[in-house]
Amino acid sequence: MQWEIVIGLEVHTQLSTSSKIFSGASTAFGAEPNTQADAVSLALPGVLPVLNRGAVERAIKFGLAVGAHIAPRSVFARKNYFYPDLPKGYQISQFDLPVVGQGALAIQVEPLSGTGQSYEKVVRITRAHLEEDAGKSLHEDFHGMTGIDLNRAGTPLLEIVSEPDMRSAAEAVAYAKALHTLVRWIGISDGNMQEGSFRCDVNVSVRKLGEPLGTRREIKNLNSFKFMQQAIDYEVQWQIGTIENGGKIQQATILFNPDTGETRAMRSKEDAHDYRYFPDPDLLPLDISNDWIEQVRTTLPELPQTKQTRYVNEFGLSAYDASILAASRAMADFFETALAAVPNETKMCANWIMGEVSAQLNRDGLDMTQCPISAQQLGGILQRIVGNTLSNSGAKEVFRTMWAEGGEADAIIEAKGLKQVSDTGAIEALVDEIIAANADKVAEYRSGKDKLFGFFVGLAMKASKGKANPAQLNDILKRKLGQ
Amino acid sequence: MINTSIKQLSAALAAKKISSAELTQLYLDRIARLNPELNAYITLDEEKSLAQARAADERLANGDATGLTGIPIAQKDIFCAKGWLTTCGSKMLHNFVSPYDAHVIAQFNNAGAVTLGKTNMDEFAMGSSNETSHYGAVKNPWDTARVPGGSSGGSAAAVAARLCAAATGTDTGGSIRQPAALCGISGLKPTYGVVSRYGMIAFASSLDQAGPMARSAEDLALLLNVMAGFDERDSTSLQREKEDYARDLNKPLNGLRIGLPKEFFAEGMGSDVAQAVEAAIAEYKKLGAVIVDISLPNTKLSVPVYYVLAPAEASSNLSRFDGVRYGYRAPEYGDLADMYEKSRAQGFGAEVKRRIMIGTYVLSHGYYDAYYLQAQKIRRLIAQDFTEAFKQCDVIMGPTSPSTAFKLGEKGDDPVQMYLSDIYTIAVNLAGLPGMSIPCGFGANNMPVGLQIIGNYFDEARMLNVAHQYQLATGHHDCAPQNIGL
Amino acid sequence: MSLSNTDVRKVARLARLAMNETEIETARAQLSGIFNLIAEMQAVDTTGIEPMSHAQDVSQRLREDKVTETNQREAFQAIAPQTEAGLYLVPQVIE
Repeated sequence: MQWEIVIGLEVHTQLSTSSKIFSGASTAFGAEPNTQADAVSLALPGVLPVLNRGAVERAIKFGLAVGAHIAPRSVFARKNYFYPDLPKGYQISQFDLPVVGQGALAIQVEPLSGTGQSYEKVVRITRAHLEEDAGKSLHEDFHGMTGIDLNRAGTPLLEIVSEPDMRSAAEAVAYAKALHTLVRWIGISDGNMQEGSFRCDVNVSVRKLGEPLGTRREIKNLNSFKFMQQAIDYEVQWQIGTIENGGKIQQATILFNPDTGETRAMRSKEDAHDYRYFPDPDLLPLDISNDWIEQVRTTLPELPQTKQTRYVNEFGLSAYDASILAASRAMADFFETALAAVPNETKMCANWIMGEVSAQLNRDGLDMTQCPISAQQLGGILQRIVGNTLSNSGAKEVFRTMWAEGGEADAIIEAKGLKQVSDTGAIEALVDEIIAANADKVAEYRSGKDKLFGFFVGLAMKASKGKANPAQLNDILKRKLGQ
Repeated sequence: MINTSIKQLSAALAAKKISSAELTQLYLDRIARLNPELNAYITLDEEKSLAQARAADERLANGDATGLTGIPIAQKDIFCAKGWLTTCGSKMLHNFVSPYDAHVIAQFNNAGAVTLGKTNMDEFAMGSSNETSHYGAVKNPWDTARVPGGSSGGSAAAVAARLCAAATGTDTGGSIRQPAALCGISGLKPTYGVVSRYGMIAFASSLDQAGPMARSAEDLALLLNVMAGFDERDSTSLQREKEDYARDLNKPLNGLRIGLPKEFFAEGMGSDVAQAVEAAIAEYKKLGAVIVDISLPNTKLSVPVYYVLAPAEASSNLSRFDGVRYGYRAPEYGDLADMYEKSRAQGFGAEVKRRIMIGTYVLSHGYYDAYYLQAQKIRRLIAQDFTEAFKQCDVIMGPTSPSTAFKLGEKGDDPVQMYLSDIYTIAVNLAGLPGMSIPCGFGANNMPVGLQIIGNYFDEARMLNVAHQYQLATGHHDCAPQNIGL
Repeated sequence: MSLSNTDVRKVARLARLAMNETEIETARAQLSGIFNLIAEMQAVDTTGIEPMSHAQDVSQRLREDKVTETNQREAFQAIAPQTEAGLYLVPQVIE
C-alpha cells in the first residue's frame, strides 16, 4: 500500500536584536537567571509593551527574502493561557493579520539515505509573524519544585509557518536547513540551535495516495536536523502502524526523546486549547510604509539562490561547487573576496576553498566565520601561483605556515625561500651543468631511451631545491637533450 | 487653611505663611481623626509624606517650586508608587510594595507634590460603589450610611472630606466622574491617551484613563497640567504638544453651544437629579450659552457593549496575578494548576471573579464573533454618535449618574442594577472622549448631584473653562459636608 | 440566555479560578442575568461596520533597539512568594 507523508513546519527563529521585543531588557544569552528580566518581562502590574523597531525590520527583511507580501498594517494579539514561564498569562503574538504574508523558498533536497538524485523543490511559506518568547522552566530538583528563569521571556521571535508541502523527512530537513541558512544569511538571527535560536515544530500526517489529508500530530521544539529526521521517521512509522492496526490518529502535541528515539504526547496540555485570541489593546496597529520596505530592501544581501545561479552562469562553476560556495554567507564572502585577487581563476579559487581551506577547518573543528586566515591572505597565495612565483607544493607549504602562524604570502615565501625559479637563464645554466656531468646518460637518452627524461627532471629539480618552474624546466630539458 | 484652593495653598506656601511640612501634618492629623470612619485611605506613611514635604520646603526656599510643590495629594491605590504598598484594592496585592513609579506618580514627584497616602478603591477598579474593596467600603462624607461611588471612591471621599488638597483617579466606565458626582466634587477624565497609563494597574486597557479629582475646575486644570504629557513607555500615549489646561479658564461663555442628548433625559433619571441638572442648564443659559437638542441614539447599547469589552480585556489583564512572581499565593495547594486556581480564587473578590468569568466566556471559542467583535462594532457606532453630535454643539451636558449616592449594601446582590447605573458615563470611555463631573446642587436627602460635561477629543481646556465659569457663578463646589471638622 | 453549570465550570477552569458547587450555582445565576443584559446587543445590524479596538486611530510607535534596563533582580524578587538561586519557584511543571 502506498502511503504519502505530509509535513509542514513552524519554525521559531530568534531575532538578533540587542533588546527584547517589547522592552529595553537585554537578550544576551547565558546571563544569570532573571538578571535580564525587567519589569516588563516580569509582567509587574501596570507595565506596558512598546514595540522594538529592530524586530520589525528583521521581519520585513525576511519577508522580502522569501518574496512575500509585507502587510502595510498588521496587528498584535494576545494568546491567553496560563503557564509559569509566561508571566502575563498571555503571549503577545500576531493572529489574523501577520506582518509577513505568503512567500516561497526553493530548496535542494539531498536524499537522506540510500541512493537517489538530489532535486529542487519549492516550499510555500504561509506566513511569518512576530511574537515574544516565553521564559524557561528548570526542572532540576528544588525540593520537588520547578525553577523559573524569565531572562528569555520577551525575546523577539519570528514564527515562520510553511504550507504542508513536504513529502519526506529529507524534504523537511532540506527546508529547515535552507531556512536556517537564509535567516543567518540575511542577518536576522544567529541561528544558534543549541541556544534555542532556531526551533522547529513539525506537523506530520500520513494518508494513502489520493486521499484527503490525515490527522496531524505536532512534534514540538526540535532543535537539531538529526533529531528532526529521527523524529519524523519514528512518527511516520508510528502513524502508519497505528492506522494499519485499525487505530485512529488523534490530533496531539508530542515531544521527541533523543535518548530513546521515540515520540510521546505531552501531558501538560490537557486543556482543550482555547487561547481566546483578541487584539492587544496595549499595542496599536503596526503600519509599515512602502518607503520603509524599500529602505530595508537596499540592505538585503544577494540571496543564496541568486548567488548559486550566478556562480554557475558567470563563473562556469558546476552546480555542486556553486551550492557549496553559496552554502553560507561567510563561505560566499570568502570565495568572492579571494577571487577578487585572481579574477580569472574561478576554478582554482573554488578548489582551494573547497579543498585546502575546508579540510583544514574540518580538522580544527572550526566554521568559516572562525577561519584563522582571511580571504585576502588566501588571495595572496593564489596570486603567487598565477604569477608563477609559487609551485603547487610551495603554495601548500605557504598555506600551512599561514594557517599556523599567520603572515602574508610574500613574507612566508621569502622567509622559507620558496620562490619558484622562472628565470630561463638560470634554468638553462642548471640544465647545461647536468648535461655536462652526465654525458653517458645523455648519450643513452639520445639513443632512444626516453624513460630517462624523468631522471633528468629529478636531478634538475633537486639542483634547484625544488624551486624551478616545472613547465619551464620541462621545455628547456627537452630542447637541450634533443640537440 | 484646609478648606481652600490649590492656588491659594500654593500662594501661602510661597509666602511662607505655612510650610509644606506643616500643611502635610495638618492633613495627616485630619486623616488620623476622620479616616477610621470614612476609610478613604488604604495606606498612609507619615514619614514618607513628611520627608517629601520637607524636600518640597527646600525647593520652595530655593526658588525652584512649581504650582504643586508642597501640595499634599492623595493617590488612588491603582498607581504603582515606589516603596509604597500598592494594592489596587485587592487581597491579591496585599503585600505588593511597588518597585517602581507610575508615570503619573513620577510627574507629581517631579513637580514637588507630596504623596499623602494611597486611597481606597473598588478592587481592580471594578465597581461603582467602592464596596468591592478588600480593605472595606468607603463611606460618603455627606452621609456615612451611603456609598461614595466608585471606583475612585476613596479619592472622592478624601477630597470631599478635605483629607487632601486634591487626588488622582482613574476612569474606565465612569470611575472618576460618578464618585465625583456622588461626593460633590469635581473630576475630569481626559481624552484617552492624554495621560500615560504606565504604572497604572490595568483594568480595561483600551478604556482606562487617569485624571484629577479636586474641589474645583481651576484645581483640576493645575493637576492635569502635571498629569498629562507624552510617555514613550505607553504605546497608547499620544505625542502632542504640551498645553496649559488653565489657559482658557476665564473666557466668557457667550455663544457656547451646549448639546443635550435626549437619551440622557429619558427614563431612568431620578427627578431630584433632573431638577439639579436642569437648574444648572438654566444657569448656563444665563451665562450666555445656547442649548442644542441632540441625539446619541446608541447610548443604551453602551452598557452591554461595555460589559463585554471591559471584562474581556480585564480577564486577560488579570491573568498575570498567578502567585508566581509577586502578590498573593494560597498557603496550601497541590499541583501547579491547584496553586493557580486557589491563589486566584482566594486573592480576587467576587466582583473581580465575576468579570473575569464574563470576559473569559465572551472571548472563548465560538463566542468571539457574537460578543467581542459585535461589541467592537457597536463601539464604533457609539463613537460615531458623538462625532455627529459635535458637529452641532461645543460640549454635551447631562447627568453624571441617574441617582444620588445610594445606601451601602443597597445594590450588593444585583450586579445588573449596579451596571445599569453607569449608563451616562460609559459611552464616553468607549469613544475615548474627555468627560467631567462638577457639583450642581443637591438632590434627595441633601446628597450632591453631579453635572456631566462631555467634550470633543482634546477639548479639556474648553471643558475646564465651561466648568470654571459655572463655579464662578455658583457656589455648589464650595459646599462641604457637615461633621468633617472644618 | 442561560448558562449551564458545565459552561461555568469550563470558564472557571480556563480562568484558573477554583470554585465549589455552590459558587458555581451562584455564578451561573448571576452570569445568566448579565448575559441577558448583554443580549440587547445581538439585535443590532452591524453589517459593514469596522470593529473599533482603540479610541484613537493612530499607529504603533516603535522603540529603538537599545538596551535600557539594568539588573534589578534583588528588588524584584524581594516581593516574590518563593525564590531560590535567582529562580521563581512553582509546583513542579510536567511537560
